[in-house]
Amino acid sequence: MSQDYILETRNLIKEFKGFTAVDDVNLKVKRGTIHALIGPNGAGKTTVFNLLTKFLNPTRGQLLYNGKDITRADSATIARMGMVRSFQISAVFPHLTVLENVRVALQQKRNDSFFFWRSEKKLDEMNDRAIELLDSVGLKEFASARAVDLPYGRKRSLEIATTLALDPELLLLDEPTQGMGHEDVSVVSDLIKEVGKNRTILMVEHNLNVVADLSDTITVLQRGAILTEGDYATVSADPRVREAYMGVEADQPANDEEPQDTTPTAPAAAEASL
Amino acid sequence: MNNKTLNFSILALALAAPLVLYPVFLMKVLCFALFACAFNLLLGFVGLLSFGHAIFLGSGAYITGHLMLNYSITPEVGILAGVGASALIGLIYGKLAVKREGIYFAMVTLALAQLMFFFYLQAPFTGGEDGLQGVPRGFLFGLIDLSDNLTMYYFVLAIFIAGFLLIYRTIHSPFGQVLKAIRENEARAISLGYKVNNYKLQAFVISAALAGLAGSTKALVFQLASLNDVHWFMSGEVVLMTLLGGMGTIWGPVLGAGTIVGLQNFLASGPLANYIHVVMGVVFVVCVLAFRQGLVGELQKLVRKNF
Ligand SMILES: Nc1ncnc2c1ncn2[C@@H]1O[C@H](COP(=O)(O)OP(=O)(O)O)[C@@H](O)[C@H]1O
Ligand SMILES: [Mg+2]
Repeated sequence: MSQDYILETRNLIKEFKGFTAVDDVNLKVKRGTIHALIGPNGAGKTTVFNLLTKFLNPTRGQLLYNGKDITRADSATIARMGMVRSFQISAVFPHLTVLENVRVALQQKRNDSFFFWRSEKKLDEMNDRAIELLDSVGLKEFASARAVDLPYGRKRSLEIATTLALDPELLLLDEPTQGMGHEDVSVVSDLIKEVGKNRTILMVEHNLNVVADLSDTITVLQRGAILTEGDYATVSADPRVREAYMGVEADQPANDEEPQDTTPTAPAAAEASL
Repeated sequence: MNNKTLNFSILALALAAPLVLYPVFLMKVLCFALFACAFNLLLGFVGLLSFGHAIFLGSGAYITGHLMLNYSITPEVGILAGVGASALIGLIYGKLAVKREGIYFAMVTLALAQLMFFFYLQAPFTGGEDGLQGVPRGFLFGLIDLSDNLTMYYFVLAIFIAGFLLIYRTIHSPFGQVLKAIRENEARAISLGYKVNNYKLQAFVISAALAGLAGSTKALVFQLASLNDVHWFMSGEVVLMTLLGGMGTIWGPVLGAGTIVGLQNFLASGPLANYIHVVMGVVFVVCVLAFRQGLVGELQKLVRKNF
């Protein structure tokens, strides 16, 4: 097995009561690249993420991480091995402070997480590093706010900061810019580019500007199966992709999934079409 | 008023309380308060609803009662043995229960508790329906005679404070921080690499051990260990106390236990004696409907409005 690939799936299949959500997927993620997984709604992207991180068990198939078979490993173990995910629905610890959210992740690398007799003041040792991480996503001044009180876009930034706190080798981001206003999108996009310099990223993303700008490789998923794969130029030239991904309205930007349309579509986004 | 002065005032009140109230009543309150605090560690801080917690209270009571009756040991040894037994049962039951989620967790704990209830009903050493009566309080460290209620009260108060501080520290520890994260978003905690079942199990064992401490102490106070302590009524009562006082708060279970025990005592001597359970049921419904945050939550609201 070649060490060029940090992650590999072999004939990955997931069936839900007869319905095949992931259909014989052979995905290979090259070390050190930013790899995008795109496809229409319901294509099975989130399911693939859930399988990779063992939040779901594959019906059939094999998962390899750094050449090691992780098909039977549990989610926490996979995270400890260096593959850390974010969630499509922003996943924060709502009633902890923003600082505490990041600290919980930093704490995982320490050895005192079972110490019920030790004062939590000890955890303050991590504050500097936590603030640094918050600063990198523009959340420094929100450190003492409760996560639940953050606006949606900032919750997503917090989630990324929390994920980064683990210093993962492979980062799985499920629609990191979903529901963000234009400015937040470029902040997060720059951030992904920055953190992608020394780690591998696999991301599901709907904003095609972001995909075009960041990805080395793009895999297009359709009805659970891989439709095509390649760099942006190759993939966007494929007529099947135009049809599958965009439907008939090939000129529309693919940002139809934003849950709240906070900002008017920026000109740059409108230009993004396959 | 800051927290320190508040805590000292409460301590002063607790020390002076036997001047005004019956020590036995106060000891009952303290035992149930400790029981409720232990239960709240799971419900309020991990989000786990154990519906068989009486089994830990009762096991503590039975083991301590049995040992004090049949062997010449000192009360602190008897209590430690009771705590150990509850912790051990907690470890076994916890292992079976923490893998389940939500309502299934509650069902497993209830089923396991029922199993143990029938064991205690049949086992010869528990005295069956009669229970263990006339449990001697003994001499603390072989020196201090606990048969005097006032002496016993201060011993019970010391036990309560130790248990309460342990829970407080647990909540405010690195471990407690992980517990809160699990309560807030379990999937996220897992995705950050936490093997959440191990954390739940440790919390379960601590909670079981402290519930056992409450039971062992109670057996000495009333010189009695009986099926009431392991009955599912008792498991329901601790849920009631915790919700009434305010789950997930430090003082809620104490306030809840005080209110329920106080109410029971008051009703038992009045004309409504036969309707205690009905009245308790009404109190419960009203509380759940009217103040969702429990008594502590309502008090905090009041303080915020007026100061
Ligand atoms: N737990 C589940 N049980 C049953 N069906 C599911 C489950 N999770 C996802 N699906 C189905 O699998 C398909 C792919 O879903 P998903 O992976 O969320 O798509 P995407 O992320 O690409 O939008 C959808 O049809 C969805 O309804
Ligand atoms: Mg999805």
